[in-house]
Amino acid sequence: MKNNEIKHSEPLFHISKRADIVWWKAWLVRLGAIVLALFVSAVLTVVLTGENPLDVFSSLIKGAIGTNRRIWVLFQNTAMLLCVALAVTPAFKMKFWNIGAEGQALIGAMATAAVMIKLTDVLPPMLLIPTMLVASIAAGALWGLIPALFKAKWNTNETLFTLMMNYIAIQIVSYFSGEWAVPKGSGKIGIINGTNYEGWLPAIGGKNYLLNIIIVAVITIGMYVYLKYSKQGYEISVVGESQNTARYIGINVKKVIIRTMIISGALCGLAGFLLVAGTDHTVTRDTIAGRGFTAIMVSWLAKFNPLYMVLTSLLIVFMERGAIQISTSCGLNNSFSEIITGIIIFFIIGCEFFLNYQIKFREKEGK
Amino acid sequence: MKKVFKVLALVLALSMVVAFAACGGTSEETTASADETTTGEAAELDLSKIKIGFICLHDENSTYDKNFLDAAKEAKAALGLTDDQVVIVTNIAESAACYDTAADLAEDGCNIVFANSFGHEDFMIQAAKEYPEVQFCHATGTKAHTEGLKNYHNAFASIYEGRYLAGIAAGLKLNEMIADGKITAEQAKMGYVGAFTYAEVISGYTSFYLGAKSVCPSVTMDVQFTGSWYDEQAEKEAAVTLMNKDCVLISQHADSMGAPTACETAGVPNVSYNGSTIAACPNTFIVSSRINWAPYYEYIIKAVAKGEEIAVDWCGGIKEGSVVLTDVNEAAAAEGTQKAIDDAKAKFLDGTLKVFATDTFTKDGAAMESYMADVDTDAAYTADTEVIKDGYFSESEFRSAPYFDVRIDGITLLNEKF
Repeated sequence: MKNNEIKHSEPLFHISKRADIVWWKAWLVRLGAIVLALFVSAVLTVVLTGENPLDVFSSLIKGAIGTNRRIWVLFQNTAMLLCVALAVTPAFKMKFWNIGAEGQALIGAMATAAVMIKLTDVLPPMLLIPTMLVASIAAGALWGLIPALFKAKWNTNETLFTLMMNYIAIQIVSYFSGEWAVPKGSGKIGIINGTNYEGWLPAIGGKNYLLNIIIVAVITIGMYVYLKYSKQGYEISVVGESQNTARYIGINVKKVIIRTMIISGALCGLAGFLLVAGTDHTVTRDTIAGRGFTAIMVSWLAKFNPLYMVLTSLLIVFMERGAIQISTSCGLNNSFSEIITGIIIFFIIGCEFFLNYQIKFREKEGK
Repeated sequence: MKKVFKVLALVLALSMVVAFAACGGTSEETTASADETTTGEAAELDLSKIKIGFICLHDENSTYDKNFLDAAKEAKAALGLTDDQVVIVTNIAESAACYDTAADLAEDGCNIVFANSFGHEDFMIQAAKEYPEVQFCHATGTKAHTEGLKNYHNAFASIYEGRYLAGIAAGLKLNEMIADGKITAEQAKMGYVGAFTYAEVISGYTSFYLGAKSVCPSVTMDVQFTGSWYDEQAEKEAAVTLMNKDCVLISQHADSMGAPTACETAGVPNVSYNGSTIAACPNTFIVSSRINWAPYYEYIIKAVAKGEEIAVDWCGGIKEGSVVLTDVNEAAAAEGTQKAIDDAKAKFLDGTLKVFATDTFTKDGAAMESYMADVDTDAAYTADTEVIKDGYFSESEFRSAPYFDVRIDGITLLNEKF
């Protein structure tokens, strides 16, 4: 009562933007997030299933890297996811919300398969794989170009447009799955050229997936250099930051949008090519298996840095591969391992908050 | 900042404690089922070396996959196999993922690897070539008899006989509706939700139709295809389309609960597939035919244990217990359904009844005397084998998977495009 000053009531804590964080602190926070995520998953495992969480985690690790073959599969799947993630990155960096990677990759896969089915007997064997490659890249680029053109000319909403293009690609594949089904009416194309292996990517050193992995590794470095050191990469960043600034300094924004989406689509098409020619040797509606969407997460988590994307895609594929083993060895439904994956990714994304902001607690009163 | 770290450290420490505590708590459970005694016939066989891997397209949420998973559990219990001897992998796509999984199971010590989806076939063959000492068995496939691999096998069941029996239940229900004056004999039209215009589906709906026709001669049928083996929404919509076209009874060959639940909502009787749907459809479910895969599983496991060769094509029937019907739901079925089914079943067993006897159906108004079917799968769909003999279309005799793909009179396909 004596004190009639207006008391400034300070909340228990407040949040302020961090200027910068030392690299080791940043990694410590990330590590903490993963440990915390594992802890929450462990509690959830015990509460919901009664399984021993250590069993679950050890299955997860075994499933991902338990044998030589699993390690190869892990790297192969990482490479494929990474390839699509690299493809969407320039578009996202430009703030062009390309959620059509699934369709762009699928149409690339379809083009590859179509060339294998229709041109194997027509083309000289030497030209088959190059034709497949060109067809897939062209198809993917076209799938990226169409929404970009509409965006540049009429400022259409690229999110909806690219999303719709996915469905068109899926339906095209469905149509041809019926048309080219073997046996008749089954709705499945089946393995193409299964007897003569024409149009199949060669297994380097007896390793089926090595070529895919090498190609994606090269693309990763290429994309890193392109975004970081090339003039075009710089233009992408500027357009992404502010289109007005870009215009002011004389960048042709429309041209950059169209060019970038062609690159984005073309790389997706290439991913489709690698999936069909390198691993599946057939095409179905599910050939891309959701990678077009997961890739967005990979790209964002890595803050559009192609080198970090190696880590983020590895993490996500590691979790996916492990998840299969969890459901097998612990008898749990796949959905449960997806919950765990979700928790871990949630924590990793969440910890970015602590890297960008800090929490300041209220100072003790009467100091 | 320091506080954040303090909190983090605390949580870290706590998580360790909980993880280890949980470890101590549940570890003894896993060893419980290791040494169980084997029973009956299996006791004479040494099954200890057996390890079988199952690859499933989806999980138990799909009626198709659930049917395989239940059979795997049944066979496991019947033969007294341990948890370690049976490895079940679910949600494996029809892509290189299937090859990776099959090869992984082979390396994991499985001597039998089984895959349940049609699109798995090529990837199973790929793995079979790489692991000649492991037996690869595949349900619904068509290529084993032409592939010429010693360790790759196809299996199916003469489910067309089961469909025929289920069709009898449907025909009796139609008769009941006619007798009650709900419909006239001409209005006895059934609807069928199919996946693709694939021989397996055509064989299935035709035998269902013929079963109904054997008791209700005026019956006709409309078939609506969904273009997908599993699409709940599309199956539901197809069922509704059929009802709007005045179909008074629905059956389906697609793997979701779409059609049965649509029937329950509309109060239209349903003859189901893959297993009983009585829990979700207590008022409309009549009966369901299904393939029981347990006899095949037991057969391949015993064959491997004895060191015998597995048949290239295996087609189980009613006798083997591969083709089964669920209990008839008295609340929805017509009177006398169970007895009619039992009578027909007896005739199948003594060989006096043939589903595709050529005097029971016509194609373009005439009875069929000859038919070349595409038994050896090829991209050109070459019709390569004469399949009509002794007055019937001999389904599943030249390979296990069905090849009856004739459009017979009385059945209207609403959308042939799939």
